Amino acid sequence: MDTHQQPEGNASSAELDPQLFRHEAGRMVVALTRLFGIHNLALAEDVVQDAFCRAIEVWKFRGVPANPSAWLMATAKHRAVDILRRERTARSYAPELTRMIESEWTLVPTIHEVFDTHTIQDDQLRMMFSCCHPRLREDARVALVLHILCGFSVSEIAGAFVSSQAAVEKRITRAKKVLAKSKRLFDVEASPEFSARLPDVQRALYLLFNEGYHGASAETVVRVELCREAMRLTAMLLEHPLGRTPATYALGALMSLHAARLPGRVDASGNLSSLLDQDRSQWDRQLVVEGLKLLDLSATGDNLSEYHVEAAIAAIHSRAPRMEDTDWKAIVALYDTLMTIRPSPIVALNRAIAVAQSEGPERGLEEIESIAGRDRLAAYPFNWAALGELELRLGRHETAREHFRAAHAVARNAMERRFLEQRFGACESVDTK
Amino acid sequence: MTEFIYLYRGGERPESPDEGQKQMQKWMAWMKELGEKGHLKATGSPLERTGKLVSGNQKVVSDGPFAEAKDLIGGYTLITAKDIDEAVDLSKGCPIFLSNGAVEVRPILQMSM
Repeated sequence: MDTHQQPEGNASSAELDPQLFRHEAGRMVVALTRLFGIHNLALAEDVVQDAFCRAIEVWKFRGVPANPSAWLMATAKHRAVDILRRERTARSYAPELTRMIESEWTLVPTIHEVFDTHTIQDDQLRMMFSCCHPRLREDARVALVLHILCGFSVSEIAGAFVSSQAAVEKRITRAKKVLAKSKRLFDVEASPEFSARLPDVQRALYLLFNEGYHGASAETVVRVELCREAMRLTAMLLEHPLGRTPATYALGALMSLHAARLPGRVDASGNLSSLLDQDRSQWDRQLVVEGLKLLDLSATGDNLSEYHVEAAIAAIHSRAPRMEDTDWKAIVALYDTLMTIRPSPIVALNRAIAVAQSEGPERGLEEIESIAGRDRLAAYPFNWAALGELELRLGRHETAREHFRAAHAVARNAMERRFLEQRFGACESVDTK
Repeated sequence: MTEFIYLYRGGERPESPDEGQKQMQKWMAWMKELGEKGHLKATGSPLERTGKLVSGNQKVVSDGPFAEAKDLIGGYTLITAKDIDEAVDLSKGCPIFLSNGAVEVRPILQMSM
């Protein structure tokens, strides 16, 4: 037995990309699904899990190899060859590859081809489009994308969306059945189908980002992770000639511009901080620049999407060095446009807040009172918080306090509750003056 | 200083890739710490979950109930410690406990006492 054995790996645990396994899971599962066929998604997932278990077993003793991705891919490939040799006739695989898999001459080259980096990139897009199947609801599409392409487990998704494990499990199982019945992965070369489904894909990525940015999860880490995944998948979409549309650029722009503000959203003591009070020096300048560049690229064609408008609003905030420098009139005008493209009580609420900033709290309150479908905002804590802020500015502390109390009652996590408790404090301190 | 072997038994598979990566990084950190404290005699090796059992006079070869066994030995490490108490204490930092596994701590029988 050798003594004083040193780990042989070259990459230390500390410098390992924390998202490595997550991203490799997505890459491996799409490659294997392409090989086995979409109806064998479960088999692909098993092979991926085996590859990870092997990696963990070996790496914890020997250290991480110099190229961990290649190691994982090679392991998955070996398992795939084993399965295909052993069960060549027992199962049916990807219809378009069946002949290549059946012959020993073409089996291994076919597998290498499927695991080629460029092929995997396309396969991830194929899967992204397949997950946005018209028969699935929007929340199921988002859950499926997170599960298959981002390697999130059911409980991680349940945590991110603050829903029960059972509900997410059911949603994903059902969605996978729909996916399996589609027989083939979505064809990203077919232009009319691609363009027809693109809005659904953009919407799923938008919702994924929003869940991270505004969602109910208390954990900052989870939220940042969701935003980052949405941005990664959007960047992937922008690399495809058919995916690179003005609306996709706008989507990328709004994500970058919002993400730039993430470091300022939570203050030093881990408390939520509203846009108005944020320490703007903490905003990520590089992401702002990236976002503005994408916004420029989006300004072609004659289709003005909701993403264009939202990105334009975010750009106004990013351009204002101080809160007082914000061009609220321009923001109100953009919200007016957004209300014509995608009207919703939340958009109307944000518009009312902008009106309050530019025309005073009284006008803001009037706007909030006239929101169509306002009852749908009753469970949204920031609806009550906005009312509270405006009443507070008008010096009506008792009313303000009642609104903050209502907001507190529907707050979705401890961070939101702490934020609102601070606002109670603001009512008190004004009272005692 | 006495030599001991840690036999890693059982342990559940990680539920997600992310959990797996975190689990692995904890193992690597723990091994590193053992090494830095001078307790690591040999990192040891992981074992496959398959194998054969050869037994009896007739040398009967059978497939062990390896894959199904809950407390299967998944690997081993050689360490040095003052005594069994210290070896046990050191084992308590092993990440295997986070996934419902166990560490069997066995002194290696010395030739000369």
